[in-house]
Amino acid sequence: MQTSMLTAAYLGSAMLFIRSLSGLSRQETARNGNLYGVIGMALAFVATALHPNVESYALLIGAVVIGGAIGSVLAARVAMTAMPELVAILHSFVGLAAVLVGIAGHLEPNPSLKGGALVVHGLETWAGIAIGAVTFTGSIIAWGKLRGSISGRPLLLPGRHVLNAAVGLAIVGMAIPYVTGLLAGDHHGLPLYLMLGMTLLASLLGVHLVMAIGGADMPVVVSLLNSYSGWAAAAAGFLLSNDLLIVTGALVGSSGAILSIIMCEAMNRSIWNVVFGGFGTESGQAPAKGSGEPAGEVRAMDAAAVAEAAKTARSVIIVPGYGMAVGRAQHVVHEFSKLLREKGVDVRYAIHPVAGRLPGHMNVLLAEAGVPYDIVLEMDEINADFPSTDLVLVIGANDIVNPGAETDTSSPIYGMPVLQVWKAKTVVVLKRGMAAGYAGVENPLFFVENTRMLFGDAKASMDKVVAAIRG
Amino acid sequence: MWVGIPKEVHEGERRVAATPDTVKKLRSMGFSVRVQAGAGEEAQLPDALYETAGAEISADPATIWSSDLVLKLRAPKPDEVALLDKNLLISLLWPAQNRELLAAIAARGASAIALDQIPRISRAQKMDVLSSMANIAGYRAIVEAANAYTGFFAGQITAAGKTRPAQVLVIGAGVAGLAAIGAARGLGAEVRAFDVRKAAQEQVESMGARFLTVEIQEEGEAAGGYAKEMSPAFIAAEMALFLQQAKEVDIIVTTALIPGKRAPTLITTEMVRAMRPGSVVVDLAAEQGGNCELTQPGKVVVDGGVTMVGHLDLPSRLPTHASQFLGSNLCHLLTDMGGKEKFKIDLEDEVIYQALVVQEGQVRYPVTPRAQKEAPKAPAAPKPAPKVEEPQVVAPTTVAPAKSHGKAKGHGHAPKAATPGGRALGLITAVVLAVLAVYAPGDFLQHFTVFVLACFVGWQVVWSVSPALHTPLMSVTNAISGIILVGGMLAAGEGSLSVASILGAVAVLVASINIAGGFRVTHRMLAMFRKEGS
Repeated sequence: MQTSMLTAAYLGSAMLFIRSLSGLSRQETARNGNLYGVIGMALAFVATALHPNVESYALLIGAVVIGGAIGSVLAARVAMTAMPELVAILHSFVGLAAVLVGIAGHLEPNPSLKGGALVVHGLETWAGIAIGAVTFTGSIIAWGKLRGSISGRPLLLPGRHVLNAAVGLAIVGMAIPYVTGLLAGDHHGLPLYLMLGMTLLASLLGVHLVMAIGGADMPVVVSLLNSYSGWAAAAAGFLLSNDLLIVTGALVGSSGAILSIIMCEAMNRSIWNVVFGGFGTESGQAPAKGSGEPAGEVRAMDAAAVAEAAKTARSVIIVPGYGMAVGRAQHVVHEFSKLLREKGVDVRYAIHPVAGRLPGHMNVLLAEAGVPYDIVLEMDEINADFPSTDLVLVIGANDIVNPGAETDTSSPIYGMPVLQVWKAKTVVVLKRGMAAGYAGVENPLFFVENTRMLFGDAKASMDKVVAAIRG
Repeated sequence: MWVGIPKEVHEGERRVAATPDTVKKLRSMGFSVRVQAGAGEEAQLPDALYETAGAEISADPATIWSSDLVLKLRAPKPDEVALLDKNLLISLLWPAQNRELLAAIAARGASAIALDQIPRISRAQKMDVLSSMANIAGYRAIVEAANAYTGFFAGQITAAGKTRPAQVLVIGAGVAGLAAIGAARGLGAEVRAFDVRKAAQEQVESMGARFLTVEIQEEGEAAGGYAKEMSPAFIAAEMALFLQQAKEVDIIVTTALIPGKRAPTLITTEMVRAMRPGSVVVDLAAEQGGNCELTQPGKVVVDGGVTMVGHLDLPSRLPTHASQFLGSNLCHLLTDMGGKEKFKIDLEDEVIYQALVVQEGQVRYPVTPRAQKEAPKAPAAPKPAPKVEEPQVVAPTTVAPAKSHGKAKGHGHAPKAATPGGRALGLITAVVLAVLAVYAPGDFLQHFTVFVLACFVGWQVVWSVSPALHTPLMSVTNAISGIILVGGMLAAGEGSLSVASILGAVAVLVASINIAGGFRVTHRMLAMFRKEGS
């Protein structure tokens, strides 16, 4: 295939990828968006396969078939509650591929490169491998934390900031002898070892960075790694002089960056605080006391009474949190809302941007359970409606409904936008016990006069409520 | 060109077809305006105000009625028609019931536009007098109900004890019904509403009322937004619902009208008997015989402790604002007809085509439907079934903006405006670009251009992604970042087997996992997102 044809094909797939992302702006166009992505990918694959330099089809087809089969099976089997893990592990693959492409690029240098062009090429290779390696190992750690096979508690080594900075500087500094070696025409001596050493360092950096982050900050980390995987692809594009890779990498990189920004804004924290703050340090310890010490008693309520309150309410808002996902309660919650809606009660869902372990995770879980998306509303859309709501059910959420975030200036989560559930006539909080949320902050909501607690496992409690409504 | 505003002579009518404000508008359109002395008195609009607005006051009805255009609310009396002289009358005319009146107007060589015949198309909403008056009637119905009711509307909690909020049932969620819901909610009552049209549910709920349904599923919307005839089984279920509701509620407001026919009976004597003493029924259909069996048109009667309000003049009880809306409706009509400069009775205009009932001495009513255009009102069977005026919410004084339930559009976030930090960033960018321009090879700069532009595109596109779809966004970006497959292919493809080609093949393998996994799981997720009812 001629170069101009290849360029045209790449331009076509880049446009299809952009359409794919813009398709996601609305539910109605989202499915077509995914299709555009598939077409774009197929086009890029076929065009590259026809490239004159690509000859060993048996090897390539074998790799694609095996990889495709593994991916299909993973995607078909994954439970929706495990989506964050799948996304994390897929990031690691992009990172790994970027490292491999970088090393391969080093091993098969383009002899026509000289002087400045060679320096730029060397730096591109270097950057691609570094970003790829951080993404690779960081994503694996994130995956482990999300699965629970690695403790969600942040690992805080003494002097960890100095350690990170030293490793970062070393990665940058080692680029100088590497490039000098390349200029001297050496590829397999010192530069190769430098490169492999740097790969190792970057991998360790990825591990350490993510180990230091608490389990509930994983949505931010996953979006951040999403962004890195994009930049890794873009770096590979630079080193191969391939515009399609550059464009796609930039799209993915921006996407992940935006998601990280949205998450951080929703927690009123900066990206630096999330990555280096070691937030959630106190988790598992006694709740931090704010100056406004919550006073008052906790009022419990049983499932039958909750059912009665739900039946007589005119409007109900359900606020799901990670606890609902953990308890796999989304199906029975849907059952509950369906029953009430059949009785003419106006039931809606309110989603906080950081509910769950992935941006938009709650929406996917509710969609899986069969909840129509038009009754699932974002925080900004629904916050004004709480005062006119009769009953709010908080299921497995804590910090995102904490009134202290608005009133208690000494609270660690002060300033974080929250769902103002306490403005409703009655709030029922489903909770296992009185433990503090992930931020380790006492929640004054539990002591508000119109709050009732329904203690127990989310799914078991909701089962009882649904049974009571069926009567 | 003179516009004449006569005084309304119908007994008890307090409204007027122009206010000082609309007189100004008419004058700015180029018309000269003549107002009959005392025309606005009942609406608290004294002659002096009209004069200040630029109108000429005339005590002689003959002068007013011989103006080129006569704007009026109520259909004219025979002695008024006798004063018409080859001019154009615009008012309510109810041509189906007033054939002789049309003939009399025609005999005077005049033309007439019937405001009640303006078609219900969205362009004509701004001139729809029936809607603006229905809105006022709905509001006033609640005021009358509160007046007759023996308790509080809003629930009270005082040291002396507490009361629950009044329970209000509104039947028919047209313009009047929705205005009644808004007014009752405003006073603190709890409101439920019934309508046979499913489309009404969202409007009712957006006003903060509960929508009642019967077990039988049947769609009651016919062409033109009117309710259609329902099956006997549906009507039986509906009557059972109303009887049950009668026992629960304190106030019932009925708004079911069939244009040009007797109103359907919805509240039977049995239902009234089932209501608590002190309860109130306000019947907005009193003029057409009433939706309640015990309504006496024009009167307020008490039967078994239940007050039946049958006022015929509800909009006229808010004469100032009613006149203002009426005047604005008429101004909009005249604007559409071209103002003074281009004034034309244009039969090509759908509104005029439908509403012009007398044309220069010739009765046009009933207007022959245009080819392919269905007349909206097919003859309806006389069985009782609630009919409601129209579905559009046009109630500027009381209607809260409807909340959208299905919304999942762009986010409130937007890229931030430049800050001092942003300026510093801009400076750094400029320096970096300068360094690149001097030292980097041209090839690199080209790729860098592509990269930067793609970042901007990505930034713009991704901000518009619906937050509900952020997880599918991540998985689809997972899939497309598998494009690194291309890099692996180029590295692996050299034919001869080497370390580099093996590394490339492994890269192709893992990238394929991403592509297949990402797209497939995105597809799975998107297939789960369903809209209500689909």
